[in-house]
Amino acid sequence: MGRFRKGGKKSAPAISTASLPDIVFMLLFFFMISTSFRQTDKLVQVKLPAATENTKLERKDLTSYIYVGAPIPSKQAQYGTDSRIQLNDSYKTVNEIRDFIAAERESISEGEREAMTVALKADENVRMGIITDIKQELRRCSALKILYVARQREAN
Amino acid sequence: MARKTPDINASSQADIAFLLLVFFLITTTMDVDKGISRKLPPMPEENQQQEDVKINRRNIIVVKINSQDKIMVGSSPTDVSQIKDKIVEMLSNPTDNPNMPEKEVKAIKGLGNYPVSKGVVSLQNDKGTLYNTYIQVQNEIVRAINELRDQFATQHYGKKYAQLDEDHQKIVKEAIPQNISEAEPKDVTKGKK
Repeated sequence: MGRFRKGGKKSAPAISTASLPDIVFMLLFFFMISTSFRQTDKLVQVKLPAATENTKLERKDLTSYIYVGAPIPSKQAQYGTDSRIQLNDSYKTVNEIRDFIAAERESISEGEREAMTVALKADENVRMGIITDIKQELRRCSALKILYVARQREAN
Repeated sequence: MARKTPDINASSQADIAFLLLVFFLITTTMDVDKGISRKLPPMPEENQQQEDVKINRRNIIVVKINSQDKIMVGSSPTDVSQIKDKIVEMLSNPTDNPNMPEKEVKAIKGLGNYPVSKGVVSLQNDKGTLYNTYIQVQNEIVRAINELRDQFATQHYGKKYAQLDEDHQKIVKEAIPQNISEAEPKDVTKGKK
Protein backbone atom coordinates (compact mmCIF):
# COMPACT_ATOMS: atom_id res chain seq x y z
CA MET A 1 0.00 0.00 0.00
CA GLY A 2 1.13 3.44 -0.49
CA ARG A 3 0.43 4.37 3.02
CA PHE A 4 3.93 4.62 4.34
CA ARG A 5 5.98 6.51 1.92
CA LYS A 6 9.68 6.29 2.19
CA GLY A 7 11.75 9.35 1.85
CA GLY A 8 8.91 11.73 2.35
CA LYS A 9 9.57 15.38 2.57
CA LYS A 10 8.62 15.60 6.22
CA SER A 11 11.56 14.81 8.50
CA ALA A 12 10.86 13.26 11.92
CA PRO A 13 10.81 15.79 14.73
CA ALA A 14 13.84 15.61 17.03
CA ILE A 15 13.26 13.83 20.34
CA SER A 16 13.57 16.27 23.16
CA THR A 17 16.45 15.38 25.47
CA ALA A 18 15.61 18.05 27.97
CA SER A 19 14.48 15.50 30.57
CA LEU A 20 17.54 13.31 30.21
CA PRO A 21 19.47 15.06 33.01
CA ASP A 22 16.50 14.60 35.32
CA ILE A 23 16.37 10.89 34.66
CA VAL A 24 20.08 10.50 35.18
CA PHE A 25 19.97 12.50 38.40
CA MET A 26 17.20 10.29 39.64
CA LEU A 27 19.35 7.21 38.98
CA LEU A 28 22.25 8.93 40.65
CA PHE A 29 20.31 9.64 43.81
CA PHE A 30 18.99 6.09 43.86
CA PHE A 31 22.49 4.69 43.81
CA MET A 32 23.78 7.19 46.31
CA ILE A 33 21.12 6.19 48.77
CA SER A 34 20.94 2.46 48.23
CA THR A 35 24.62 1.66 48.28
CA SER A 36 27.11 2.05 51.03
CA PHE A 37 30.75 2.83 51.20
CA ARG A 38 33.02 0.40 52.93
CA GLN A 39 32.48 0.86 56.63
CA THR A 40 35.75 -0.24 58.11
CA ASP A 41 39.31 -0.07 56.96
CA LYS A 42 40.82 -3.45 56.53
CA LEU A 43 43.75 -4.06 58.83
CA VAL A 44 44.21 -7.69 57.91
CA GLN A 45 44.71 -9.36 54.58
CA VAL A 46 41.88 -11.70 53.78
CA LYS A 47 41.77 -14.02 50.82
CA LEU A 48 38.52 -15.85 51.24
CA PRO A 49 38.37 -19.59 50.65
CA ALA A 50 36.24 -20.75 47.72
CA ALA A 51 33.18 -22.95 48.07
CA THR A 52 30.35 -24.15 45.87
CA GLU A 53 27.46 -24.62 48.28
CA ASN A 54 27.14 -21.05 49.42
CA THR A 55 24.09 -19.50 50.93
CA LYS A 56 23.41 -15.81 50.82
CA LEU A 57 23.66 -13.64 53.85
CA GLU A 58 20.13 -12.53 54.45
CA ARG A 59 20.17 -9.50 56.69
CA LYS A 60 23.23 -7.38 56.37
CA ASP A 61 22.07 -5.05 59.12
CA LEU A 62 21.93 -7.93 61.60
CA THR A 63 25.40 -9.09 60.80
CA SER A 64 28.63 -8.51 62.67
CA TYR A 65 31.88 -9.11 60.94
CA ILE A 66 34.98 -10.71 62.35
CA TYR A 67 38.07 -10.54 60.20
CA VAL A 68 40.94 -12.92 60.67
CA GLY A 69 44.22 -12.88 58.80
CA ALA A 70 47.76 -11.61 58.69
CA PRO A 71 48.16 -7.84 59.29
CA ILE A 72 48.44 -5.66 56.20
CA PRO A 73 52.05 -5.02 55.06
CA SER A 74 52.19 -1.51 56.53
CA LYS A 75 51.37 -2.85 60.00
CA GLN A 76 53.57 -5.87 59.86
CA ALA A 77 56.58 -4.07 61.31
CA GLN A 78 54.56 -3.40 64.43
CA TYR A 79 52.38 -6.47 64.72
CA GLY A 80 54.29 -9.20 62.91
CA THR A 81 52.79 -11.61 60.43
CA ASP A 82 50.88 -13.87 62.76
CA SER A 83 47.15 -14.11 62.18
CA ARG A 84 45.19 -11.45 63.99
CA ILE A 85 41.56 -10.79 64.74
CA GLN A 86 40.09 -7.51 63.61
CA LEU A 87 36.89 -6.18 65.12
CA ASN A 88 35.62 -2.82 63.94
CA ASP A 89 38.75 -0.77 63.38
CA SER A 90 41.43 -2.35 65.50
CA TYR A 91 43.22 -5.55 66.32
CA LYS A 92 41.62 -7.42 69.17
CA THR A 93 42.23 -10.56 71.13
CA VAL A 94 39.86 -13.48 71.46
CA ASN A 95 38.77 -12.29 74.90
CA GLU A 96 37.51 -9.00 73.52
CA ILE A 97 35.02 -10.73 71.26
CA ARG A 98 32.62 -10.94 74.18
CA ASP A 99 32.38 -7.15 74.52
CA PHE A 100 32.14 -6.76 70.77
CA ILE A 101 29.24 -9.19 70.53
CA ALA A 102 27.51 -7.56 73.49
CA ALA A 103 27.82 -4.14 71.85
CA GLU A 104 26.59 -5.43 68.51
CA ARG A 105 23.68 -7.12 70.18
CA GLU A 106 22.77 -3.88 71.94
CA SER A 107 22.52 -2.11 68.61
CA ILE A 108 19.95 -4.53 67.25
CA SER A 109 16.32 -4.14 68.21
CA GLU A 110 15.20 -6.64 70.77
CA GLY A 111 12.90 -8.63 68.55
CA GLU A 112 15.57 -9.37 66.04
CA ARG A 113 18.44 -10.35 68.30
CA GLU A 114 17.73 -14.00 67.73
CA ALA A 115 18.51 -13.59 64.06
CA MET A 116 21.88 -12.00 64.64
CA THR A 117 24.57 -13.56 62.52
CA VAL A 118 28.31 -13.43 62.88
CA ALA A 119 30.08 -13.47 59.55
CA LEU A 120 33.57 -14.81 59.80
CA LYS A 121 35.85 -13.47 57.12
CA ALA A 122 39.00 -15.45 57.54
CA ASP A 123 41.93 -15.84 55.24
CA GLU A 124 42.22 -19.27 53.70
CA ASN A 125 45.71 -19.68 55.13
CA VAL A 126 44.96 -19.14 58.80
CA ARG A 127 45.18 -22.13 61.09
CA MET A 128 42.11 -23.60 62.72
CA GLY A 129 43.45 -22.94 66.21
CA ILE A 130 42.43 -19.27 66.13
CA ILE A 131 39.13 -20.09 64.41
CA THR A 132 38.29 -22.69 67.03
CA ASP A 133 39.05 -20.17 69.78
CA ILE A 134 36.69 -17.69 68.14
CA LYS A 135 34.00 -20.33 67.78
CA GLN A 136 34.31 -21.31 71.43
CA GLU A 137 34.09 -17.67 72.50
CA LEU A 138 31.01 -17.16 70.32
CA ARG A 139 29.39 -20.18 71.88
CA ARG A 140 30.10 -18.71 75.29
CA CYS A 141 28.35 -15.49 74.26
CA SER A 142 25.53 -17.53 72.69
CA ALA A 143 26.03 -15.97 69.29
CA LEU A 144 25.35 -19.22 67.57
CA LYS A 145 24.47 -18.33 64.03
CA ILE A 146 27.63 -18.01 62.06
CA LEU A 147 28.54 -17.76 58.42
CA TYR A 148 31.89 -18.75 57.04
CA VAL A 149 32.17 -16.20 54.25
CA ALA A 150 33.49 -17.74 51.06
CA ARG A 151 33.95 -16.94 47.42
CA GLN A 152 31.74 -18.67 44.89
CA ARG A 153 33.46 -21.37 42.92
CA GLU A 154 32.05 -23.39 40.07
CA ALA A 155 31.50 -27.05 40.83
CA ASN A 156 33.92 -29.28 39.01
CA MET B 1 17.56 48.92 32.39
CA ALA B 2 17.45 45.17 32.63
CA ARG B 3 19.39 43.62 29.89
CA LYS B 4 18.43 40.30 28.46
CA THR B 5 20.78 37.64 29.80
CA PRO B 6 21.81 34.90 27.42
CA ASP B 7 20.61 31.36 28.23
CA ILE B 8 23.12 29.08 29.84
CA ASN B 9 23.67 26.07 27.69
CA ALA B 10 22.44 23.08 29.66
CA SER B 11 23.16 20.36 27.17
CA SER B 12 26.26 19.17 29.05
CA GLN B 13 24.36 18.73 32.27
CA ALA B 14 23.46 15.19 31.26
CA ASP B 15 27.10 14.38 30.69
CA ILE B 16 28.06 15.67 34.12
CA ALA B 17 25.31 13.67 35.74
CA PHE B 18 26.35 10.55 33.89
CA LEU B 19 29.88 11.02 35.05
CA LEU B 20 28.77 11.22 38.67
CA LEU B 21 26.52 8.22 38.21
CA VAL B 22 29.33 6.10 36.83
CA PHE B 23 31.59 7.21 39.67
CA PHE B 24 29.06 6.03 42.26
CA LEU B 25 28.37 2.81 40.43
CA ILE B 26 32.04 1.93 40.49
CA THR B 27 33.00 3.02 43.99
CA THR B 28 30.10 1.67 46.01
CA THR B 29 29.45 -1.91 46.95
CA MET B 30 26.23 -3.76 46.59
CA ASP B 31 27.68 -7.24 46.77
CA VAL B 32 26.07 -9.70 49.11
CA ASP B 33 28.30 -11.85 51.21
CA LYS B 34 27.97 -15.51 50.59
CA GLY B 35 29.23 -18.41 52.55
CA ILE B 36 28.54 -21.57 54.44
CA SER B 37 26.15 -20.95 57.26
CA ARG B 38 26.32 -23.00 60.42
CA LYS B 39 24.66 -23.10 63.76
CA LEU B 40 27.01 -23.63 66.66
CA PRO B 41 25.90 -25.88 69.49
CA PRO B 42 25.14 -23.94 72.68
CA MET B 43 27.78 -24.00 75.37
CA PRO B 44 26.95 -26.49 78.12
CA GLU B 45 26.33 -24.89 81.52
CA GLU B 46 29.41 -24.93 83.67
CA ASN B 47 28.07 -26.74 86.70
CA GLN B 48 26.00 -29.08 84.62
CA GLN B 49 27.52 -32.43 83.95
CA GLN B 50 27.67 -32.81 80.24
CA GLU B 51 25.54 -35.73 79.34
CA ASP B 52 26.92 -37.86 76.64
CA VAL B 53 24.22 -38.14 74.11
CA LYS B 54 24.11 -41.79 73.36
CA ILE B 55 24.43 -42.18 69.66
CA ASN B 56 24.99 -45.58 68.31
CA ARG B 57 28.48 -45.88 66.93
CA ARG B 58 27.29 -46.91 63.50
CA ASN B 59 25.37 -43.67 63.21
CA ILE B 60 28.37 -41.41 63.55
CA ILE B 61 30.29 -40.58 60.44
CA VAL B 62 33.56 -39.23 61.71
CA VAL B 63 35.42 -36.83 59.47
CA LYS B 64 38.83 -35.91 60.80
CA ILE B 65 41.36 -33.45 59.47
CA ASN B 66 44.85 -33.47 60.93
CA SER B 67 47.45 -30.73 60.99
CA GLN B 68 48.90 -31.89 57.68
CA ASP B 69 45.45 -31.39 56.13
CA LYS B 70 45.02 -35.11 55.61
CA ILE B 71 41.43 -36.21 55.79
CA MET B 72 39.91 -39.34 57.25
CA VAL B 73 36.34 -40.43 56.73
CA GLY B 74 35.46 -43.24 59.08
CA SER B 75 38.69 -45.17 59.32
CA SER B 76 40.14 -44.67 55.86
CA PRO B 77 42.20 -41.80 54.52
CA THR B 78 40.28 -39.92 51.88
CA ASP B 79 40.87 -37.26 49.29
CA VAL B 80 38.64 -34.15 49.33
CA SER B 81 37.02 -35.18 46.06
CA GLN B 82 35.78 -38.46 47.51
CA ILE B 83 34.20 -37.14 50.69
CA LYS B 84 30.91 -36.30 49.05
CA ASP B 85 30.36 -39.74 47.55
CA LYS B 86 31.31 -41.47 50.77
CA ILE B 87 28.90 -39.42 52.83
CA VAL B 88 26.13 -39.83 50.30
CA GLU B 89 26.64 -43.57 50.38
CA MET B 90 26.67 -43.73 54.16
CA LEU B 91 23.66 -41.50 54.69
CA SER B 92 21.53 -43.20 52.05
CA ASN B 93 22.75 -46.70 53.00
CA PRO B 94 20.81 -48.41 50.25
CA THR B 95 21.80 -51.95 51.24
CA ASP B 96 21.13 -51.56 54.97
CA ASN B 97 24.72 -52.34 55.75
CA PRO B 98 25.01 -52.84 59.54
CA ASN B 99 28.20 -50.76 59.60
CA MET B 100 26.49 -47.71 58.16
CA PRO B 101 23.94 -45.39 59.80
CA GLU B 102 20.57 -46.93 60.52
CA LYS B 103 17.26 -45.53 59.51
CA GLU B 104 14.22 -44.82 61.54
CA VAL B 105 10.79 -44.70 60.01
CA LYS B 106 9.27 -41.35 60.84
CA ALA B 107 5.88 -39.96 59.97
CA ILE B 108 6.39 -36.76 58.04
CA LYS B 109 3.49 -34.40 57.66
CA GLY B 110 2.43 -34.19 54.07
CA LEU B 111 4.44 -37.19 52.98
CA GLY B 112 3.69 -40.18 55.19
CA ASN B 113 6.19 -42.61 56.60
CA TYR B 114 9.72 -42.32 55.39
CA PRO B 115 12.88 -44.01 56.65
CA VAL B 116 15.00 -41.12 57.89
CA SER B 117 18.69 -41.75 58.29
CA LYS B 118 19.97 -41.27 61.82
CA GLY B 119 23.47 -40.56 60.59
CA VAL B 120 25.37 -37.66 62.11
CA VAL B 121 28.45 -36.23 60.46
CA SER B 122 30.99 -35.39 63.11
CA LEU B 123 33.67 -33.03 61.96
CA GLN B 124 36.89 -32.91 63.94
CA ASN B 125 39.87 -30.79 63.18
CA ASP B 126 43.28 -30.06 64.59
CA LYS B 127 44.63 -26.72 65.73
CA GLY B 128 47.06 -26.78 62.86
CA THR B 129 44.52 -27.49 60.14
CA LEU B 130 44.33 -24.87 57.42
CA TYR B 131 41.10 -22.92 57.37
CA ASN B 132 40.83 -23.48 53.64
CA THR B 133 40.85 -27.26 54.05
CA TYR B 134 38.26 -27.00 56.78
CA ILE B 135 35.96 -24.97 54.52
CA GLN B 136 36.49 -27.36 51.64
CA VAL B 137 35.46 -30.28 53.84
CA GLN B 138 32.44 -28.39 55.18
CA ASN B 139 31.54 -27.60 51.61
CA GLU B 140 31.74 -31.24 50.57
CA ILE B 141 29.54 -32.31 53.48
CA VAL B 142 26.91 -29.74 52.55
CA ARG B 143 27.22 -30.84 48.94
CA ALA B 144 26.55 -34.45 49.93
CA ILE B 145 23.40 -33.46 51.78
CA ASN B 146 22.25 -31.20 48.96
CA GLU B 147 22.72 -34.04 46.52
CA LEU B 148 20.60 -36.35 48.65
CA ARG B 149 17.93 -33.67 48.91
CA ASP B 150 17.96 -33.17 45.16
CA GLN B 151 17.61 -36.92 44.66
CA PHE B 152 14.71 -37.07 47.05
CA ALA B 153 13.02 -34.05 45.51
CA THR B 154 13.32 -35.39 41.97
CA GLN B 155 11.96 -38.74 43.07
CA HIS B 156 8.95 -37.39 44.88
CA TYR B 157 8.15 -34.13 43.15
CA GLY B 158 10.03 -34.33 39.87
CA LYS B 159 11.91 -31.12 40.59
CA LYS B 160 15.20 -30.07 42.05
CA TYR B 161 15.18 -29.06 45.71
CA ALA B 162 15.85 -25.41 44.96
CA GLN B 163 12.83 -25.18 42.70
CA LEU B 164 10.35 -26.56 45.23
CA ASP B 165 8.05 -24.29 47.14
CA GLU B 166 8.55 -23.69 50.83
CA ASP B 167 6.22 -26.39 52.13
CA HIS B 168 7.83 -29.07 50.06
CA GLN B 169 11.29 -27.87 50.99
CA LYS B 170 10.33 -28.29 54.60
CA ILE B 171 9.29 -31.87 53.97
CA VAL B 172 12.55 -32.61 52.19
CA LYS B 173 14.49 -31.04 55.02
CA GLU B 174 12.73 -33.28 57.45
CA ALA B 175 13.30 -36.40 55.39
CA ILE B 176 16.96 -35.62 54.87
CA PRO B 177 18.17 -33.65 57.87
CA GLN B 178 21.47 -31.87 57.94
CA ASN B 179 23.07 -33.31 61.04
CA ILE B 180 26.56 -31.96 61.35
CA SER B 181 28.23 -31.92 64.70
CA GLU B 182 31.24 -29.76 65.25
CA ALA B 183 32.92 -31.57 68.07
CA GLU B 184 34.51 -29.94 71.06
CA PRO B 185 37.99 -28.94 70.03
CA LYS B 186 40.68 -31.47 70.66
CA ASP B 187 43.98 -32.35 69.20
CA VAL B 188 43.43 -35.03 66.67
CA THR B 189 47.06 -35.75 66.07
CA LYS B 190 48.31 -35.84 69.63
CA GLY B 191 47.63 -39.22 71.21
CA LYS B 192 44.25 -40.83 71.17
CA LYS B 193 42.08 -40.95 74.22
